[in-house]
Amino acid sequence: MTAFFFNVILSEVIKQSFQMEMQGMRFGAPSDFDVPAAVMRNFFGILSTLVLFFTPILTMSVYAEERKRGTMELLMTSPVSELEIVLGKYLASLSLFALMLLPTASYMIFMCLRSDPRPPWSMLAAGYAGVLLLGGSLLALGSFVSSLTENQLIAAVITFAASLFIWVLDIGRSTDSGGGTVLQYLSVIRHYEDFTRGVIDTSNLIYYASFIVLFVFLTVRSVDSMRWRRA
Amino acid sequence: MIEVQDLTKSYGSVTAVDHVSFTVNKGEILGFLGPNGAGKTTTMRILTGYMPATSGTARVAGFDVFRESMEVRRRIGYLPENPPLYPDMTVETYLDFVARIKNVPAERRPARIDDALRKTNLEDRRSELIKRLSRGYKQRVGIAQALVHDPDVIILDEPTVGLDPKQIIEVRNLIKGLAGNHTIILSTHILPEVSMTCDRVVIINKGKIAAVDTPQNLTSQLKGGQKIHIETEAPEKLLRDVLSEIPGASRVVIEPARAGSRQTVTVEAAQGNDIRSQVAAKIVEHGWPLYELHGVSLSLEDIFLELTTDDAAHAQSSS
Repeated sequence: MTAFFFNVILSEVIKQSFQMEMQGMRFGAPSDFDVPAAVMRNFFGILSTLVLFFTPILTMSVYAEERKRGTMELLMTSPVSELEIVLGKYLASLSLFALMLLPTASYMIFMCLRSDPRPPWSMLAAGYAGVLLLGGSLLALGSFVSSLTENQLIAAVITFAASLFIWVLDIGRSTDSGGGTVLQYLSVIRHYEDFTRGVIDTSNLIYYASFIVLFVFLTVRSVDSMRWRRA
Repeated sequence: MIEVQDLTKSYGSVTAVDHVSFTVNKGEILGFLGPNGAGKTTTMRILTGYMPATSGTARVAGFDVFRESMEVRRRIGYLPENPPLYPDMTVETYLDFVARIKNVPAERRPARIDDALRKTNLEDRRSELIKRLSRGYKQRVGIAQALVHDPDVIILDEPTVGLDPKQIIEVRNLIKGLAGNHTIILSTHILPEVSMTCDRVVIINKGKIAAVDTPQNLTSQLKGGQKIHIETEAPEKLLRDVLSEIPGASRVVIEPARAGSRQTVTVEAAQGNDIRSQVAAKIVEHGWPLYELHGVSLSLEDIFLELTTDDAAHAQSSS
């Protein structure tokens, strides 16, 4: 429910920021400037920051609340496996996330239709693929954190901190040492930038896919271990 | 239907369930009786596959609860201590959700939901949000949830907690009505509940089984035995000697009464002996004033207390 309200607020914020962005671009930039591409890049940049802020809120209650209410006991004594529980919950949060993105797409589609020359649709699709993968990764991380605690707030804060941490690993970019490159590679946001330029690179896909698989797997292990912990 | 063998569960150094063994036959209602913290919930959680046992085995319908957990879970309806409810769902959508995760086929779901609602008297609340329901109704939704997939075995952890007396009677009747088709285990610390609903009782204390029998046998074991309360005024030692000499008197406890130099005395007598007249005669014979004398028959409560109070007292009372 809270997520739903966030959806409303979010789309409002995005609308405003996007309009400001667009106005800035229209008035400040010369006519040979590639407005749609610039807008898109900025828009997806802002969107990624918003993703960082609201994925913890989306996932905070996924397991924590379930444990607190005692409904975890219902799920774990029902004929469903841990993997089914975890995947079900993950796909649910992912589809809610996708649904929240949907209104933002209307602005982008509108912009693309009205701009001349029209930017390729694949660019827009790549951008959204990037947001989904980035969000999907953070949702997987958030679900895992949520499965570790009974307190939603703790889950949200730790998820945010962890997300921020792997976000800013990107700082390694300035130093050109070997360690910096490794850290850079680990940053979630670095792999996102290509998508905002409309480029889908397999290495980025592999990065996000392995990130998601890793945390889904860890969540399964964590849910499984609840049986052994004192409830 | 349910076989439990040497079941043990320890949490670190604490042993919550200690070598518990019992069986439940098909269609039977087994009552799990014990003080809070005796290990009732832990045993039930092991049976439902929620947590693994440290050692020992438990089989439900022939399936091991740990190794064939999925088969067991398909056959069990379980109401945990706190009903596992989603407050933002309506009663009906909640039951539909539970039916789904319990693998009830889509075409049978509406009928099963209606049946569970009817049995728990929730038909007029079906489209209400669970968070708006009172404690008693929530408890009933919890019971409905355990019935919705028509399981062979129903495990209810304190099903009547939070209900008013009328609802308690309804739930007891409901449970009795379910026996036969379903095998039921219920836990409680309320004694009349056991004597009213259960075919057999397991009394559990500190993780160990103190007794397994029918409620009738448990009561009759000690019901014939008699307890007499006396209030009198006499030298303590002499009083004890005199009363102990009465044939049939098994145990004499003397305590100073609230008022003055009086004592309250409890005399226990073996089964079949009515020693009240002899006690009165002895006291009068010695010229002591007799303020009060009345007999109390041992109830299930006494048996329960006797079986579940600490070992020292237990040894004393059974000697």
